[in-house]
Amino acid sequence: MAAVIPDPLDHHHHHTPSGLMRWLTTTNHKDIGTMYLIFSFVMFLSGGVMALTIRAELFQPGLQVVQPEFFNQLTTMHGLVMVFGAIMPAFVGFANWQIPLMIGASDMAFARMNNWSFWLLPPAAILLLGSFFVPGGATAAGWTLYAPLSVQMGMGMDFAIFAIHIMGLSSIMGAINIVVTILNMRAPGMTMMKMPLFCWTWLITAYLLIAVMPVLAGAVTMILTDRHFGTSFFNAAGGGDPVMYQHIFWFFGHPEVYIMILPAFGIVSQIIPAFARKPLFGYASMVYATASIAILSFVVWAHHMFTTGMPATGQLFFMYATMLIAVPTGVKVFNWVATMWRGSLSFEPPMLWATGFIFVFTMGGFTGLICAIAPIDIQVQDTYYVVAHFHYVLVAGSLFALFAGAYYWLPKWTGHMPSERLGKLHFWCSLVFFNVTFFPMHFLGLAGMPRRIPDYALQFADFNALASVGAFGFGLSQLIFLAAVVKCVRGGKPAPAKPWDGAEGLEWTVPSPAPYHTFEDAPLVK
Amino acid sequence: MSRAIRLERQNRRLLWRLGVAAVAMFGFGFLLVPFYEKICEVTGINQLLRPEHAGVFNTQVDASRTVIVQFDANTHDLPWRFEPQTRSMRVHPGELVQVAYEVSNVRGEPVTGQAVPSYGPQLAGQFFRKMECFCFQQQTLDAGERRLMPVVFVVDPALPAEVHTVTLSYTFFEVEGRRQTSEAPPPKAGPRQRTS
Repeated sequence: MAAVIPDPLDHHHHHTPSGLMRWLTTTNHKDIGTMYLIFSFVMFLSGGVMALTIRAELFQPGLQVVQPEFFNQLTTMHGLVMVFGAIMPAFVGFANWQIPLMIGASDMAFARMNNWSFWLLPPAAILLLGSFFVPGGATAAGWTLYAPLSVQMGMGMDFAIFAIHIMGLSSIMGAINIVVTILNMRAPGMTMMKMPLFCWTWLITAYLLIAVMPVLAGAVTMILTDRHFGTSFFNAAGGGDPVMYQHIFWFFGHPEVYIMILPAFGIVSQIIPAFARKPLFGYASMVYATASIAILSFVVWAHHMFTTGMPATGQLFFMYATMLIAVPTGVKVFNWVATMWRGSLSFEPPMLWATGFIFVFTMGGFTGLICAIAPIDIQVQDTYYVVAHFHYVLVAGSLFALFAGAYYWLPKWTGHMPSERLGKLHFWCSLVFFNVTFFPMHFLGLAGMPRRIPDYALQFADFNALASVGAFGFGLSQLIFLAAVVKCVRGGKPAPAKPWDGAEGLEWTVPSPAPYHTFEDAPLVK
Repeated sequence: MSRAIRLERQNRRLLWRLGVAAVAMFGFGFLLVPFYEKICEVTGINQLLRPEHAGVFNTQVDASRTVIVQFDANTHDLPWRFEPQTRSMRVHPGELVQVAYEVSNVRGEPVTGQAVPSYGPQLAGQFFRKMECFCFQQQTLDAGERRLMPVVFVVDPALPAEVHTVTLSYTFFEVEGRRQTSEAPPPKAGPRQRTS
């Protein structure tokens, strides 16, 4: 893992292998970023196909499309694929492309390790998706892989466990790389408090990853040894406790949801000032808010477990700690709104997505507060209300921010302006169909429809039909994004070095498309 | 040049520190197991397998009140026949009662199992004091062995008045690690395996 350092003797006469070998052996942060983004989009589409199969089954009451066992595999794999295959690698892709450009570094700190972290992902994805075809099918224990069910599944579960091990290793390597790059490789004059907020949020995310991905690896290792090596971590008969699995899992799981949203906050914090043509309101408070969200995320995990028979004092502690997180999150939302206040706003596609993000993510945040109230949570636990809540924060939060970032930086990546018409069409279709899909789920959940069940009582039929129509609309809308990106890569209006007139940052000082090697000589930041 | 070498050294040092942090967090995941057990012990949650005479309670028999206690027995993937000798009885709160369960191993080899109790209604669990129970230890039965296993209990007179019936249900699980055979284990959890 040779650290990439500017070496004036070397970079003029190196040769790049062409074709497949170029992509297999590349250590260039831009190549690796591109591969991460393509990989995550492929996984996004496969997870989307699973989601649409689920919605097709739920279009009408009764069993029409799939059998219940397969339905359970679909809900499980949809969650695993979207979390570990789509959202997380997509943010790592953004980090690879943007962090060196934003801090004025020539590449990531450990370029060879960067290549390894990416190339671990495709084998993991093959293991995970391949488990559909083994006897017994893929794991069907829910994406949380709760014991005792996960201890009893067929061999698809072992595939999932190994896939999680590999993806966890990849994330940890990627996170270490990002921390070292940000801490050690900044251009002269780029102090920590001058760093773009995207770098700040990723720095904190990377620390979270290093802290909790190993805990998940430990939890699934315990499942593995319970399954095959006679241990009894979660087996009541041997003195273990299945509830303990939930504690260990959610000790990972709650920081994990912030791992998926903090980089999104970073992207939005780059875009809003650019299109409001004003500096970000409350930069320092944004940094502190991000850090407090990260620290608080370690003491709220049991709000996922209010119904496991916790003592009332435990419920109260986790309830108040959870509500406390609304404070730093609120600081962020108000800062974004204050940045827009009296700005000279324009609504190109990145800004549309970022504004949409604030609007819909905040709704998801509010339902989160409702779920945080223990007595209400006991009612809505494992209902579609929870499904609506986390899709509002993960789809309309993380995914919308990813699209915002993609439209924002595509000119820099490809050298062409993305089609504004397609970008706007993509946004409005996604926004409308997203809400058609997930808004009715609030009502379904409050009325008591349980999640992860392929059939339902007749009174839920209308809202489910509506949600299924919305889901197919939302799924098809994502093909517009594919078309917009392909079109932008192949040609279009050439992009200047700084295509957005309000944008700030070092990445806009290099030409578009960004040359293969940038900042070989570190820029000076004043 | 020296700046570049210094940077590389700094990067490597940070890499090792963060790598050690990641490995330590992997260990921390396993440390949560004894930590969890300790918390349960200190707070007295989830002590299914211990005698429950800890703490002082009223041992006077409340003859004015009668509670129906039902006994239930289940096995989970275990080749044992397991049933209570008494299915149901009427007891006074505070009264010391002894019942017996009958268990026999129908497999041709020794098998170790562990019984886990549960209560209906759940609330009754904390007022059901077991003094002696086969569920406090793992039980090993030889091939074809048949055994009578006692349970001695007192229903705490503090049992809420609205509870008239308490069901005590045991489920025997096989302790897989303790299976005393060299044969390959049978496929797990038959009903959950399927073909798609």
